[in-house]
Amino acid sequence: MNYKMIGKFTSLILMAEALFMIPALIIGLCLGEKSAISFLISIGIIFAVAVPLWLIGRKTDRRFSARDGFICVGLGWFMMSLGGALPFFISEEIPHFVDALFETVSGFTTTGSSILPNPELLSRSILYWRSFTHWIGGMGVLVFLLAIVPLGGGNQGFTMHLLRAESPGPEVGKLMPKMRQTAAVLYSVYITITILDIVFLLFGKMPLFDAVCTAFGTVGTGGFGVKIDSLASYSPYIQTVTTVFMTLCGVNFSCYYLLLLRNFTSVLKDEELRLYLGLIIGSTALIAINIRHLFPWNEAIRHAAFQVSSIITTTGFATTDFDLWPSLSKAILFALMIVGACAGSTGGGLKCARALLLFKGLKRNVSQMLRPNKIKTVRVNERTVDEKILANTNAYFATYILILIISFVLVSIGNDFSTGTNFSAVVSCFNNIGPGFEAVGPTCNFASYGVFSKCVLIFDMLAGRLEIFPLIILFSPKAWTSK
Amino acid sequence: MKILVAGNGKVGETLVKQLSSEGYDITLIDSDTRVLEYELDKYDVMAVEGNCASMDTLRSADVQSADLLIATTGMDELNLLCCVTAHGMNPKLHTIARIRTPEYLEQAYSMRDTFGLSMSFNPERQAAREIERLIKYPGFLKRDSFARGQVEIVELRVDADSKLKDIALNSIHSIVKCQVLVCSVLRNGEAITPDGNFVLREGDRIFVTAPSKNLSTLLKNLGVVTKRAKKATLIGGGAVSYYLAQYLIDSRIDVTIIEENKDRCIQLASLLPKASVIHGDARDQHILDQENFDNSDAVVALTEMDELNIIVSLYARDRGVSQIITKLDKDSENRIIDNLPLGSVICPRKLCCNTIVRYVRAMKNQTGAATAIHSIADGSAEAMEFRVDASTLNCKTPLKSIKLKKNILVACISRGHETHIPNGDSSFEVGDTLLVISTANEVITQLNDIFE
Repeated sequence: MNYKMIGKFTSLILMAEALFMIPALIIGLCLGEKSAISFLISIGIIFAVAVPLWLIGRKTDRRFSARDGFICVGLGWFMMSLGGALPFFISEEIPHFVDALFETVSGFTTTGSSILPNPELLSRSILYWRSFTHWIGGMGVLVFLLAIVPLGGGNQGFTMHLLRAESPGPEVGKLMPKMRQTAAVLYSVYITITILDIVFLLFGKMPLFDAVCTAFGTVGTGGFGVKIDSLASYSPYIQTVTTVFMTLCGVNFSCYYLLLLRNFTSVLKDEELRLYLGLIIGSTALIAINIRHLFPWNEAIRHAAFQVSSIITTTGFATTDFDLWPSLSKAILFALMIVGACAGSTGGGLKCARALLLFKGLKRNVSQMLRPNKIKTVRVNERTVDEKILANTNAYFATYILILIISFVLVSIGNDFSTGTNFSAVVSCFNNIGPGFEAVGPTCNFASYGVFSKCVLIFDMLAGRLEIFPLIILFSPKAWTSK
Repeated sequence: MKILVAGNGKVGETLVKQLSSEGYDITLIDSDTRVLEYELDKYDVMAVEGNCASMDTLRSADVQSADLLIATTGMDELNLLCCVTAHGMNPKLHTIARIRTPEYLEQAYSMRDTFGLSMSFNPERQAAREIERLIKYPGFLKRDSFARGQVEIVELRVDADSKLKDIALNSIHSIVKCQVLVCSVLRNGEAITPDGNFVLREGDRIFVTAPSKNLSTLLKNLGVVTKRAKKATLIGGGAVSYYLAQYLIDSRIDVTIIEENKDRCIQLASLLPKASVIHGDARDQHILDQENFDNSDAVVALTEMDELNIIVSLYARDRGVSQIITKLDKDSENRIIDNLPLGSVICPRKLCCNTIVRYVRAMKNQTGAATAIHSIADGSAEAMEFRVDASTLNCKTPLKSIKLKKNILVACISRGHETHIPNGDSSFEVGDTLLVISTANEVITQLNDIFE
């Protein structure tokens, strides 16, 4: 195992994080907030850890296996979460370190579950940092590093391991021949969408600070709001803009690249995109009909559309307390929580691509049961899917269910919440959504969970964002023994 | 520059490795997903799965915006079809195809425009040419010429009875009595850039830069006998053997080919009536002895199997054959093989990879780009030829006051017909040709890259 390379990348991740803290620091200094000092101290601590790691990893060879890639990503995200929690903890705005860590992990993994009863009490710089963690975590910090850090000449095949480990989806590919260009394209699309979102929100007369923070929460599909009632008190225009941008960010980012190349047909024919949009439209219609007695027609459609896209993209904003809706609507939302957004987007969940593969694989199994000698390949987008990918998808789904069940049991230790609360809390954190149902519904928070339950949920959030394996591998003793 | 490489065989992989490390945008096309995945894990390239001659695959590899296509699949017909199709889709595209069937060589050349071919290459024929050069001028393990043939880098091995054994480099002139420079030494698989106090040991392989006119003096003073080869034995009757036998027969050298497949023997016998074709297994030393193996001036091991080639060469060495040439396809950079006395080692895929890399660099046509490039010392060092032009820095400055990057050596300066090995007081000027040796990890693409 290449410890030096892992050290080098961990150090780079931490340095990037320190860099990302600077805007929050500037906001704190401009507004003369006390919390500015906590950012300065945090940056100092992060560098104190990062620089020795850098010195260790400076001279390293390029042997880098898939295992190293997984460990790099898992460990990098863990360290980054510890570092990101420092400002909350040092400024004493979140007095317990586990709470601060929960909030940070919830930010980086674009979950949006909070332990804060009222975010409006936080200082501006802390609030900004809280939202900005969504934006950093949305596209992934390693993708960012691959785009900007010169890794020198030579053969850089190893970067593929990093992209695979950090990017969501069953099949991760490059858009362009070089990793650097691919990462740069992803980030340019990401930045463009963010800026567009901010501009549209500003048109709706949203204050600049709110607009920036909301855009970070939307584009990263995170869900931290700056208000206690999430987006409920903003105008219908702002809610509609947010609905559209959430939906846009749940789409595979390579679709945007194809649009830039004017390759419209492949985007239109993309089966995953069709499934995703179909789910949104169908669910919105069903829910709107189901809740029509609670609101006037136009509001019912708006709330339904907002909530559906907020849940399927795993953002977790709310315009109304959907926990009060009829059971059918809640059941649909619950199902959408698990399906999640498209692969290669900033959203979480199981991913539409995997749902598609699982369904098609199941269909094949059934048809082969009836005619045992039939040979059939699974095809997506008119291409045959490799059997290895199908096997990986099945394995992923099995692991996913297993972790869900184990976490559900563990979270239930030492609290008196209902089964529904505990289960929805796990589903919500594991799929990086934010709110669940009942006691962790959109108007409530996770503060009342115990320390152990919070730790389990922290693990779930990281496992959900990194698609399980990079995190599991950190706990596997075999991964750490050198060959 | 965007390059498509179709087919990931031996040549394809070597090319991808070299070209991606030089920073080109590489897209690899192959029909085998597993091969592609393996390559993706090793190199920073993009992979497209499919038949490289189909328009659909070429479209998804974005042939419209590519600059060069290199077709190196195992099938000539597929390579040609791939080039025709790609050229039809993008008329500005340069195409290079591997054509190895002897029957197609003529049309690959005379119908180039119809096929949309910019260049075709044939690894086996190129290897045969290289071997012929070595047999005709024995004494060196390998020769690379530069500056229109005025300068050569030759490889020598320091044997137990060599005059160079235990000699420090600064006293080498008293032995060879002509202007030469030892630019790289390969000891135990490691390339060393030696200084004057470096002492040569038995088993070292040394790379010597010398003006071509000094080569015979060098050989004479080293006591290496250079008698003209009269009889060559080729082990294995593959494509390389066929081409090589043709060339050698043309130069009036007696050729014996030992091949184990009877049908192939009959085929070769009818293609090469002047050669003696022997049907037999080269593993059987009795057969080799019967053919007066040890009377040959040169033994060339050319079978499909690297292991067998190594054994044959070691046996030839044991029987005192003066010139041995071994073809190795797979692992020519293996450290264990490196220490065996195999004579000259020829790796066909590397030879043609070098040719293509040269083509690519010329295409880039940057001012100051290398006009020739050869990898020496088993790929641990590169010898590059540059033309000094107006944009070159440090013209007319003595070399001792120029700060060069680490592991860079200016080995030779050619001006007009004059060629000399530089010392600290030498300088170069516009119009000169420089030979630069680099063992640095970073890739040197322009002359100005060598300066600190």
